Amino acid sequence: MRDVKQTKDVPQTDAVVENVKRRHEPLIHITKRNQMSMLHAVLLRVGAIVCSVIVMALLILVLAKENPFTVLASMIEGVFGDPRRIWRLFSNTAILLCIALALTPAFKMKFWNCGGEGQILVGSLMAAALMFFIGDSIPLPILWILIFITSIVAGAVWGLIPAIFKAKWNTNETLFTLMMNYIALQLVTFFLKMFGNSQGNLDPMPQFAFPKIFNGSYFLNILVIALICVAMYIYLGYSKHGYEISVVGESERTAKYIGIRVPKVIIRTMLISGGLCGFVGMLLVANGSCSVTTTITGGQGFTAILVSWLGKFNPLYMILTSFLVIFLQQGTSYMGDIYRLDTSLADIFIGIVLLFIIGCEFFINYKVNFRKKASDVTAGKEAVH
Amino acid sequence: MNTTVALELKNISKRFGTKYANKNVDLTLYRGEILAILGENGSGKTSMVNMIAGIYYPDEGEIFVDGAPAVITSPKDAFQYKIGMIHQHFKLVDVFSASENIVLGVREEGKFKLADIDERVAQIASKYGFQLDPKKKIHEMSVSEKQTVEILKVLYRGADILILDEPTAVLTPQEIEKLFLVLRRMRDDGKSIIIITHKMNEVMSISDRVAVLRRGEHIATVKTAETNEKELTEMMMGEKIDLNIKRTESTNVTDRLVVEHISSKNSDGVTVLDDISFVARSGEILGIAGIAGSGQRELLESIAGLYHLDSGSIVYHDPESGEAENLRDKTPLQITELGVRLSFVPEDRLGMGLVGNMDIVDNMMLRSYKKGNSFFLNRKTPHDLALELIDELNIITPDEYTPVRKLSGGNIQKVLVGREIAAAPSVFMAAYPVRGLDVNASYGIYNLLNKQKEDGVAVIFVGEDLDVLIDLCDRIMVIASGRVTGIVDARSTTKEEIGLLMTQSGEKGVDTNA
Amino acid sequence: MAIIAFLVSAIKFGMVLLFGSTGETITEKAGHLNLGLPGVMCVGTAVGCAAEAFYFELAGGRAYMVYPLAILIPLIATLLGGALMGLIFSFFTVTLHANQNVTGLALTTFGIGISDFIIANVDDYKFTAGAKFFNMHLPFAKSLGWFGELFFSYGIMIYLSIAVAIVVAFVLKKTKVGLHLRAVGENPATADAAGINVTRYRYMATCIGCAIASLGGLVFIMDYLNGNWEYVIDAIGWLCVALVIFTTWKPVFGIFCSIVFGFFYVAAEYIPGIDLAAKELFKMLPYLVTIVVLVFTSIRNKKENQPPASLGLSYFREER
Repeated sequence: MRDVKQTKDVPQTDAVVENVKRRHEPLIHITKRNQMSMLHAVLLRVGAIVCSVIVMALLILVLAKENPFTVLASMIEGVFGDPRRIWRLFSNTAILLCIALALTPAFKMKFWNCGGEGQILVGSLMAAALMFFIGDSIPLPILWILIFITSIVAGAVWGLIPAIFKAKWNTNETLFTLMMNYIALQLVTFFLKMFGNSQGNLDPMPQFAFPKIFNGSYFLNILVIALICVAMYIYLGYSKHGYEISVVGESERTAKYIGIRVPKVIIRTMLISGGLCGFVGMLLVANGSCSVTTTITGGQGFTAILVSWLGKFNPLYMILTSFLVIFLQQGTSYMGDIYRLDTSLADIFIGIVLLFIIGCEFFINYKVNFRKKASDVTAGKEAVH
Repeated sequence: MNTTVALELKNISKRFGTKYANKNVDLTLYRGEILAILGENGSGKTSMVNMIAGIYYPDEGEIFVDGAPAVITSPKDAFQYKIGMIHQHFKLVDVFSASENIVLGVREEGKFKLADIDERVAQIASKYGFQLDPKKKIHEMSVSEKQTVEILKVLYRGADILILDEPTAVLTPQEIEKLFLVLRRMRDDGKSIIIITHKMNEVMSISDRVAVLRRGEHIATVKTAETNEKELTEMMMGEKIDLNIKRTESTNVTDRLVVEHISSKNSDGVTVLDDISFVARSGEILGIAGIAGSGQRELLESIAGLYHLDSGSIVYHDPESGEAENLRDKTPLQITELGVRLSFVPEDRLGMGLVGNMDIVDNMMLRSYKKGNSFFLNRKTPHDLALELIDELNIITPDEYTPVRKLSGGNIQKVLVGREIAAAPSVFMAAYPVRGLDVNASYGIYNLLNKQKEDGVAVIFVGEDLDVLIDLCDRIMVIASGRVTGIVDARSTTKEEIGLLMTQSGEKGVDTNA
Repeated sequence: MAIIAFLVSAIKFGMVLLFGSTGETITEKAGHLNLGLPGVMCVGTAVGCAAEAFYFELAGGRAYMVYPLAILIPLIATLLGGALMGLIFSFFTVTLHANQNVTGLALTTFGIGISDFIIANVDDYKFTAGAKFFNMHLPFAKSLGWFGELFFSYGIMIYLSIAVAIVVAFVLKKTKVGLHLRAVGENPATADAAGINVTRYRYMATCIGCAIASLGGLVFIMDYLNGNWEYVIDAIGWLCVALVIFTTWKPVFGIFCSIVFGFFYVAAEYIPGIDLAAKELFKMLPYLVTIVVLVFTSIRNKKENQPPASLGLSYFREER
């Protein structure tokens, strides 16, 4: 056995080593990127949206057999076509933004609040219930104040329950908040069946709506939510609470090291998150339909999760991402009407755009390295020596 | 002893960046022997065995198994050469049974039947004298049982060469005895065993030969029977190097922190602090020496209110009022509220001391953001502080709004140490503050510590380089396995003395400074 | 015999859910919390129905459809449709390291859109024609009285659901593949170190899980609703996500749990004198029970009943 050592041919062993190493080295090697320039990152995201538009165009061509250019152009028309549509665009953007703003503090704390739907629903339910039961017996301003308080409290309670269990026993908040959504949904259904008309609907009560500014309910939404957006930006970035949220989200060990009581922060943050969702629920009723339905949220409690995540949990970026989503929703739905395309295309298109953006985050955060050719490896080695 | 060579390293080198972890290391391992690897922290023991186990791949040199050149690029390759490693940190699935963990990832012919595997595991266990229920779940196990599972995992895969990285660090003396018994049986069965340990008495009792590493290089391999503890310590420590660190004179020395009889068990039930008593005095640097993981972290964290104590007291004497406060079982918040100015540079810089994704300014206010009654943060003061530190400590950064994780190790440490010093502490604790720092940055930190001492702060410095500890500190407390094995005067001690205290695991030492 | 009819209905509905929860359990055991399940089930179901309609045309009408084919064709199509959605989910979460919650929710939106589109372009009556095959039960069931009614009056898919749950439980618990799969979900770093291909296991588990879960939607439409399409499959999907928690990730225990869920869900219909509104409160029960289970298991903190330890986390080797 010792002979092997003496007679061994060094280059040959090197070749063996090189071969084995290559066999083990994967074809594609992925590493975490340190930082990508702002411009590069923006370009990548724009690229992702362009790609998704191309896929959409192909789908229109194949599935609907229409000219994709005119169809896509109709989206613009559907969104910006007349002042009412523009108002609606901004108002809906504001509502979606507000839900995303509500969820963001929780997400920054790494608390996956998937319960926006339920928190909004209970807020809406309280607003509608107050209108229905005591609307006629008390003065309007007092009703509004009551609605304001109870909706927020209801939403906050809906957020508080999972938060307490998370803080105390580390109960999985994603699953808990998801379940809370359905309990809220059943409560609303119960209310409608109990007190609604024979079709199970609650007749609108426009007499109790919030006052109209500029002939419509849109302006109030936009104004209030713009203020909330600024407030949330300041709260997260410039207040002691916001700072604590960031520290807890980044590292619980650090939070303990500097003496933050983590359960307290979790509970306080979820009260804000749920309360703000309840507030949106109130807007949807008292400044909207003046009634409550099981579909009043339109799934926006979930959509807002995407909006918040895509906006990097930054309230200002979230204005853009919520605008993008509402633009797509409104545009595709108009497009569907005009070209008699199926309404489902809207969901498909939104799904495609979202998936493309989610996918492109990978290329922003990671670098893909392909295995170098054998000759490159040798060349590289020479260079090192 | 058998003289068939099982494993041979020839001229092995490994670099991380520009620093050599191992340089031209030669090592021979025979069949049926236990080879102990001895070396200080950072002497390259772990990186060397990692190369044998396929975790790292050597930059230079060759490994021979049974005389033939071997290419080991992954743990899987290592198993093909019948090499298995038992890591310090167990890689086990908590909810699985022992057998399930052992069989994980093994490719075998035949039908998979857990009962058969239980039986086979039990067979191997009884062959070497392990006591283990193959059906027991990992999360119900003691640390020593978990270690047994790791060893069985390697044996089950048919390993003939076993590498154990500090296996005794987590065990009680009784458990260590049992482990050694098993290791001797394995040796007699023809297995070759490499064991890393710091404890001299263990080296003497278990090994056939000892290989000593120092600063990444192989110093010598000697027969255990032909050497003694003193000779080994000298080989391990080497000559005392004069580092030219200036030690300032202490003035106005008073007792600041009196720690008495503190003990604590960790969540696994292992005693990590065992009846520790010492005094930290103002105007002094108290060094803490010990093998990594001897309880240094737990000690500092328990003073900072982050680690639970089972008994004992930590009494703080306020320099202004002269009042005494017991800090035991107080939260960090309560400690601050008592007006105790306690600064703490933890070992885990980015996981605890700083938030990596936050910029320098925001990290400056981690410990002070609560000040004042305002709802809003005051970023003015931390911003000024950030600029001041960047300037004074030469922190290299694009600007004060750069996330700290993007800075180099030395600069991250400067941010952390600078912040803790800026809090004007009366007690300053630092765990491995120069780890990973280059020479200049290290001296910068030493100067900062000296400055603190001159200002009448009680400084507690946990270090790993004995030369530094001896040159910088006034007194050095040595701990081993959670016990104080001695407190020595740094001006008169020697490296050998400390080295022996560090590697002691038996009875308690005497406070030679008392 | 209202009580028997009630139990039969509860079991039927329960078995629909069982497919979903068994599928999601496989996925979650590998460490993937797939919140795209509702979308996945929608797509799988729609593809299955479309395949049935295709077979209707191929055979040349209702009268020419024959027994095994009328079930096998939609069955295979549903499996493929679900697996394809699982592939998309895995591609994003494993290969692209995307956040699982976000990907799942986007996939749900996408999936609902796709399924609605497919159904809008298929004539309902063509797949409704296949319902009778799904409903077909043993001829002697009725002659055995309540006993036959309770145990033999179901279509084949209901039994398949139980069989799948048992097989999956067996594979997870007793085979090497199952052991590796659970290791990947519990501690991917350890699994990786042991030489298990984490990526492959996560892909496989997600695709197979999604395929099985999709069958729930198919059975719901073709058997439970007798071939009448209703836009509620996404709600069923969420119920399945809840059910997985209730079962504490154990498919055989899931047989019992799913019947309990079905029981709660249809109970209101069979309780005499109950009004419409109170029925809705009854439907809250599955979710309430799930929360109780979730809270209870987290307080008791017994390792065996916990979610897989790395559920919802991406694994990236170099981030260790």
